[in-house]
Amino acid sequence: MPEALIEARQVEKFYDQPRDNRIQVIAPLDLAIYPDEILTLLGPSGSGKSTLLRILTGLAQPSAGQVLWHGASVKGPCENVSIVFQSFALFPWLTVQENVAAPLKARGVSPEARSARSLKMLDSVGLDGFENAYPKELSGGMKQRVGFARALVVEPEVLFMDEPFSALDVLTAENLRSELLELWEDKKMPTRAVFIVTHNIEEAVLLGDRVVVLGKNPGRIRTDFHVDLPRPRDRKHPRFNRIVDYIYQVLTKPDREPAPTMTGPASSDMKPQYPMLPHARTGGVAGFLEILADHGGREDVYRLADSLSFEIDDLLPIVEASALLGFVKVSEGDVEITPNGLEFANAPILRQKELFRNAALEHVTLLKQIKRALESKSDHTLPDEFFHDILDEHFSEEETVRQLETAINWGRYAELFDHDAERKRFFIPEEQPVEPQDMEVGTET
Amino acid sequence: MRAQGLSRSLIRDRSWNLLMDAIVFAALFAVAFAVVTVARYWFSAPVAAVKIELSPTAIPRYAFYSLVRMVIAYLLSLVFAVGYGYFAAYHTRVEGPMLALLDILQSIPVLSFLPGVMLAMVSLFPSRQLGVEFGSIVLIFTGQVWNMAFSFYASLKAIPRELSEASRIYRFGKLQRFLELELPQGTIGLVWNSMVSVAGGWFFLMACEMFVLGKRDFRLPGLGSYLQSAASAGDTGAITWGVVAMIGLVVLLDQLVWRPAIAWSEKFKIEQVESSGAQSSPVLNLLRKSPLLNRLRSGMGTRFVEKVYASAATKSQEEESEPSSFQRAVLALAGIIAVLLILHGVFQGLLMLKGISANDFRITVESAGATFLRVVAALAIASAWTIPVGVAIGFNPRLARVAQPLAQIAASVPATALFPVLLLGLISLGGGLNTGSILLMLLGTQWYILFNVIAGAIAIPSEFREVAQIFHFRQVDRWKTVILPAIFPYLVTGLVTASGGAWNASIVAEYFHFKGQVLSTFGLGAEISSATDAGNFAVLLLSTIVMATLVVSVNRLVWRPLYRRAETRYRLEA
Repeated sequence: MPEALIEARQVEKFYDQPRDNRIQVIAPLDLAIYPDEILTLLGPSGSGKSTLLRILTGLAQPSAGQVLWHGASVKGPCENVSIVFQSFALFPWLTVQENVAAPLKARGVSPEARSARSLKMLDSVGLDGFENAYPKELSGGMKQRVGFARALVVEPEVLFMDEPFSALDVLTAENLRSELLELWEDKKMPTRAVFIVTHNIEEAVLLGDRVVVLGKNPGRIRTDFHVDLPRPRDRKHPRFNRIVDYIYQVLTKPDREPAPTMTGPASSDMKPQYPMLPHARTGGVAGFLEILADHGGREDVYRLADSLSFEIDDLLPIVEASALLGFVKVSEGDVEITPNGLEFANAPILRQKELFRNAALEHVTLLKQIKRALESKSDHTLPDEFFHDILDEHFSEEETVRQLETAINWGRYAELFDHDAERKRFFIPEEQPVEPQDMEVGTET
Repeated sequence: MRAQGLSRSLIRDRSWNLLMDAIVFAALFAVAFAVVTVARYWFSAPVAAVKIELSPTAIPRYAFYSLVRMVIAYLLSLVFAVGYGYFAAYHTRVEGPMLALLDILQSIPVLSFLPGVMLAMVSLFPSRQLGVEFGSIVLIFTGQVWNMAFSFYASLKAIPRELSEASRIYRFGKLQRFLELELPQGTIGLVWNSMVSVAGGWFFLMACEMFVLGKRDFRLPGLGSYLQSAASAGDTGAITWGVVAMIGLVVLLDQLVWRPAIAWSEKFKIEQVESSGAQSSPVLNLLRKSPLLNRLRSGMGTRFVEKVYASAATKSQEEESEPSSFQRAVLALAGIIAVLLILHGVFQGLLMLKGISANDFRITVESAGATFLRVVAALAIASAWTIPVGVAIGFNPRLARVAQPLAQIAASVPATALFPVLLLGLISLGGGLNTGSILLMLLGTQWYILFNVIAGAIAIPSEFREVAQIFHFRQVDRWKTVILPAIFPYLVTGLVTASGGAWNASIVAEYFHFKGQVLSTFGLGAEISSATDAGNFAVLLLSTIVMATLVVSVNRLVWRPLYRRAETRYRLEA
């Protein structure tokens, strides 16, 4: 094994809460970046992959554990790394060339050398002629090229990329990916390793020499393996598909630890987690079930995502929500609709709501809790803070807010309770019989 | 043909540039001369009461003196605002108190500081004209600095996370971070707030160029004192000249300074794509073409900055170093001294207030009530006409294009400059200052509401209006369900600014020296002004505290909840 360039040892991230509670974002894990490899880090949203990238670069400090740079402990940003950002992070008031030269300026390079080196870098990413343009005059793909040039101009030892292609359209992303590989394969960049965070499974397999998959809640390594397909890789190759399929299996099986090449410690000592609501809209769940029923009731998640041209980040919460409600079962990367789910998919709207209500009351802890708490009050109303406090013990501030937002969406759809955003209160509305004269809306001419 | 056309445009371009250079050079020369003149005058022995000449030929000189005061006060404000905002944004421990201080300082009526500041400055420079001058500059400074400081602070807090991370991962030093990230990020906010601040600055400048403090009569040569003297003398010709000069100056500044500044600041917008309705300014285009300016820009500063960068890069960049125990001790000591000073001030102030009779207390509270009613009346009248007019303008793009710049200019003409003129009219109509002061408050504040209503009406999506048309909404419903809710956030913003302005205006509107006599009406503003005149510092302190408390509590109890409502319920989201 060669010496690691950057190595994380038992790093974890958590937020301390009062009353001995802590919100674990990343469970203790080990991860090392070795020379001559492209490592792709894959994970659903909320798995802490961007946080992990920031810890490895030294931008963020781990709550515990340490990061070693060539074996020495790191405090503050690493000496010689670069980041390519999802949002490009170009300074809008600097020209393309000034943007690329800025890191050199920070290193005290003379103006002449700065200008020469940044021009050369711009040439190599195909941007000659655009030196004097401002970023806002460029398309997304060209902006990201500037981002590449700025990252590479300092000849970083490790190049970090935080979802570098996800703000681009499909074609531009494909184009930039192949150019990145070209620079890497032809050793046109002095970089010794590349670390790419992504939520796109195909991208991870297409680019990575090594793929690390994170699980969420809290973030931990689910699997870490080498991809030994030759480059350029063919998406239609059966082995390519087998790897993609395998990753889907890992991602859709939140409870079971996958077998091969585990490095991180199993989180068996973790206390049981409060069940988390997947952030799916009720409309999304209904639509998903109807499509699944149309597909014959059973389908590969991978193929489904592909045919809907969904990213996993978009599809997984919906699958999870459907599974939580008992409308589908997930096994081996396949989703299968249950009898309840099938009835839901074929029912008219009002019946759908009823089925949803029953399923929600049976399976969803948070909705159950809210409804019971509201019923126990004589005026059937409670302030937001009440539920905030319950969730605060289990989730971060941000996640608590999102949990409540989702709960409100589901609760309203199921007609379990309502919410007054202005007074910040949950309440159970009074029964209001619909009177016939109310139905006359729109008959006036 | 083509070549000839090209070379011709080249000639025109070149000669333009030469002309521009000549203008720039002349401007530099004029500035140098002006500095010498001002310095000579400032360091001359103080003149007890400057005789103000009413001949129109004196106006350019007076306008110049006023302008110099404004420029110096503004530059001071800019430096202070950037420093204050920077410090507050990066020192979490003092961030809270510093923001609260900003909020309160913003609400305190600046004019009631006038006597204290003036006396302090005059005693600081007893043998020079500088004292009084500096006093007026400090007053203008306190009137315009706070919103700029807040704007810069808010910009720093709004730096996109990834930009900030980029500057860290690429190891920017403090200077590079400031010049290439923080200052550009704050520029747009600073430019817009500077415009508002300078307009406010004129308001105070006009008021503090000429005033009586106890037995002493302070006069500074300037446009404000010219207008007041002209009104006192009832010289209609001089008044007309003065007002024309004032408006001319405001329009000139708008065209030569603010339009170019706004157009220039467009480049600091954080946006992904180029917007279509970009601002433009012919003056800016000309300035950009001047080779002399370009050479100056690339020559002077850069060499120095390069040195700093180079030396910063050789030092290995250490993370935020922990303050040493010595530094910590100094900080603690400074904190203790500050607290002691504050306690001492409070104690002295209370001692002073002890001397006030119960009757004076009662009068102060009652007068506060009277002024409160006037402020409410002024806001009501202003809303009554600006809402319908503003909406009409906003709904008609062609009208808006003409009316908006006009309203902006009208708003930046300081109301205090027009007070004497209006008073003259009021008196000839036989009206008293009781209702007249409401009119004077209106003069200064209605524009804020008008602007905001126009902006709000423009922002109403046309679909909303189409819905109202398709379903044949009645006029009442149209206003109730479409227009008023949609402009609500803008209206609240306008009303907040207007109410602050009205309180401040009450100090000059309720009490007036005119033709050798004093016109006044019952109110808190009059209380403050007459205490200033009489040199009664106890009453002055009391009424200032009462006014500040009133303004702050109205902000907290009325405007803040309305703001919150505007942000949650009435926000138009895409």
